[in-house]
Amino acid sequence: MSVESVFPQLEALLPHVQKPIQYVGGELNSTVKDWQSCDVRWALMYPDAYEVGLPNQGVMILYEVLNEREGVLAERTYSVWPDLEELMREHKVPQFTVDSHRPVAAFDVFGLSFSTELGYTNMLTALDLAGIPLDAADRGDDHPIVVAGGHAAFNPEPIADFIDCAVIGDGEQAVLEMTEIIRAWKAEGRPGGRDELLFRLARTGGVYVPKFYDVEYLTDGRIARVAPNRSGVPWRVSKHTVMDLDEWPYPKQPLVPLAETVHERMSVEIFRGCTRGCRFCQAGMITRPVRERSITGIGEMVDKGLKATGFEEVGLLSLSSADHTEIGDIAKGLADRYEEDKIGLSLPSTRVDAFNIDLANELTRNGRRSGLTFAPEGGSERIRKVINKMVSEEDLIRTVATAYGNGWRQVKLYFMCGLPTETDEDVLQIADMATKVIAKGREVSGKNDIRCTVSIGGFVPKPHTPFQWAPQLSAEETDARLEKLREKIRGDKKYGRSIGFRYHDGKPGIVEGLLSRGDRRVGAVIRAVYEDGGRFDGWREHFSYDRWMECAERTLPEFGVDVDWYTTRERGYEEVLPWDHLDSGLDKDWLWEDWQDALDETEVDDCRWTPCFDCGVCPQMSTEIQIGPTGRKLLPLSVVK
Amino acid sequence: MQRIRLRYTKRGRLRFTSHRDFQRAFERALRRAEVPMAYSAGFTPHPKVSYANAAPTGTGSEAEYLEIQLTEARDPERLRELLDESLPDGLDVIDAVEARTSGLADRLQASVWEIRLDGVAPDEAERAAAAFLSAETVEVERMTKNGLRTFDARAAVARLEAFSAPVDRPGHPGCAILRLVVRHLTPAVRPDDVLSGLRATADLAPPVPAAVTRLAQGLLDEESGTVTDPLAPDREAAPAAPPTAAGLTAAMAPGGSA
Repeated sequence: MSVESVFPQLEALLPHVQKPIQYVGGELNSTVKDWQSCDVRWALMYPDAYEVGLPNQGVMILYEVLNEREGVLAERTYSVWPDLEELMREHKVPQFTVDSHRPVAAFDVFGLSFSTELGYTNMLTALDLAGIPLDAADRGDDHPIVVAGGHAAFNPEPIADFIDCAVIGDGEQAVLEMTEIIRAWKAEGRPGGRDELLFRLARTGGVYVPKFYDVEYLTDGRIARVAPNRSGVPWRVSKHTVMDLDEWPYPKQPLVPLAETVHERMSVEIFRGCTRGCRFCQAGMITRPVRERSITGIGEMVDKGLKATGFEEVGLLSLSSADHTEIGDIAKGLADRYEEDKIGLSLPSTRVDAFNIDLANELTRNGRRSGLTFAPEGGSERIRKVINKMVSEEDLIRTVATAYGNGWRQVKLYFMCGLPTETDEDVLQIADMATKVIAKGREVSGKNDIRCTVSIGGFVPKPHTPFQWAPQLSAEETDARLEKLREKIRGDKKYGRSIGFRYHDGKPGIVEGLLSRGDRRVGAVIRAVYEDGGRFDGWREHFSYDRWMECAERTLPEFGVDVDWYTTRERGYEEVLPWDHLDSGLDKDWLWEDWQDALDETEVDDCRWTPCFDCGVCPQMSTEIQIGPTGRKLLPLSVVK
Repeated sequence: MQRIRLRYTKRGRLRFTSHRDFQRAFERALRRAEVPMAYSAGFTPHPKVSYANAAPTGTGSEAEYLEIQLTEARDPERLRELLDESLPDGLDVIDAVEARTSGLADRLQASVWEIRLDGVAPDEAERAAAAFLSAETVEVERMTKNGLRTFDARAAVARLEAFSAPVDRPGHPGCAILRLVVRHLTPAVRPDDVLSGLRATADLAPPVPAAVTRLAQGLLDEESGTVTDPLAPDREAAPAAPPTAAGLTAAMAPGGSA
């Protein structure tokens, strides 16, 4: 069966929408494979606008890994803005891929990557535009298998009604394993239909198929148990972990868009996983253990990637980039190599205690010295012990003193509000910290024009972290606490004007909290919000807190629960959590002990440099820490002209 | 220091590229092609590229121009090939000359546009064009950043003709093609302003959006209403002008080396 491009119909709509270039594809390094000569076809979606979705590393990696395979094809699709959505509905143009403008419904698999739960309503829009039934139960053999991945998929229960399956952890090998199962099933003539395919995926233990699990509830609304409803389906589904990053040097040919996007740089993931043990950080908990890419592997990826893209900036990505065992040599080696080419280096996610001025000097050698960003996360020493962000005030002051002394004029500090056990006092100390930073900066630089920006948002407890049992602070209390902090900073006559204050109000955090720790019953809220017109919940101009609350009030009472029950309620040790059957490798008892340690303000070290703390991941997943140093250096590249 | 002038296109689906999008794509192509660019001084150095008179987003073009400054001399034709390879299909670099005269932008006095009106009968388009041309002034409105603006679209139009395009589907109402020569004045009159004018003077209302393509830019010969190649003076000033791609296509068409 040949599948026609919908571009001619779409083209007629494009003159009437904003930024039409985002819908036409044709990006440098994009791939269009022949439909007929492929037997497994993936449509990959980042469920947000193109400008956010295109640079997403996860989608870019899977797109390339799949397209490299013989007989496998992957194309990309993104959320269309409401102006185009309306025209597509009016003119019956279905959700399409940007590569070949094929209808999403024609593919074998429709894979969505969820970095955040706020993309759930966009998934429903895309399914509906694609002509795929919203309910997985209503889909037939000809509909694509809808699979969710990404960090949010570690608790896929709120979207259990809408997806056919979920895969947790690293996707590189997982998509290939799924591809082989789908290929074999198709080659055999699709025995047993959709159900049989899902069963074959489920029995690997690495693909979660919600419909093969029944959830029973207690009368008080808590979960009694989650159990497989057919034999051969495992009780728990494991996350996937890629070992040896050097064997997976993706993306090799990063996509270069014509449209403007949020990140325009050559990104290289220098390591995956983080064992710093910050208790609020879901990413750090679910991506264990630490696996470094080698200095030479990084050098090769940067070299090839820059040649393939022409980007003028290199981003060295990870959860805490300065923690790479050879970060100094990497930064110096790259700065040396690309000094002539005016390539800038950036290191997002730098810890205060891992920062040093030599590194910062290397990073800014080819660019400007605008600002430095650190994330102490908590204002008081006490709260930083609770969250296990072991950064002392002395560390911070020493670091900023060096920075201001070396010519930087601005420091940005990130914090969270609403952390477990937090009081007004913990948050008000953020103002004290900022004034000390300014005072020190003025002292060492001898100038008055230095700035410190405090950026603060509400904390949302996440699954698979020690804070998964914690009560979330209500939106009203969060806002009240932030207001007090603002007053204190404003009232400071001596330093207040040098301190910038940026904050996010508490409301979006409550919706994120509902979706993060929700169970299958929350699916009714998501559906109601979508049907009421909810879209692009990550965008302030589209997000509506009132709509979410109104839809929750309409749908949740039937189950005897409400938004507070999911967000501000503290959970107990014995409670079955909605994601307990999704195995991130973390031992639940270890998480509980770490939660108790948090309440006792007891810190825990990083297992990279100390003995194992038995979080459970390595033995459970048969993985190990992979770190350097390798002792190798980046050699200058010989220039052939 | 060498200056090279390039002619490039916006074809097919890439006509939806905005000028800002093109700038970013072009500067990246310069890096991929390892062109020895001259950079501006200052905190954030930029490669020295001068863009001239870009076509609006959504309209195709066969005749966009820009000029780049190099620190080392390069063969213009070799450079053109490299840049063309480095840019996505549709953004094609089709001509390159070394700048030997001043004021390329001053030579871009007028544009030739082709407007394809699917579903419009050619005689209807012809009547509309005649009505437009016979008017003294044609007031049109356009939404700009500073709100709704009213201006005359007639004075800038040097020439406007209607043709009929072949249509292969029976029963199709037809397809008219407008060929338009517009002087570059202030405020700029765009093809869609002329279409607004045709609607105002002759009720011409195409059922589907018009497909607009710029065919040429250059000096306007007022008598014939034609536009001349703006790179010609540079070619003529060259000691021994090497053949360029545009010239080559014609020369090599019958039995070329490929």
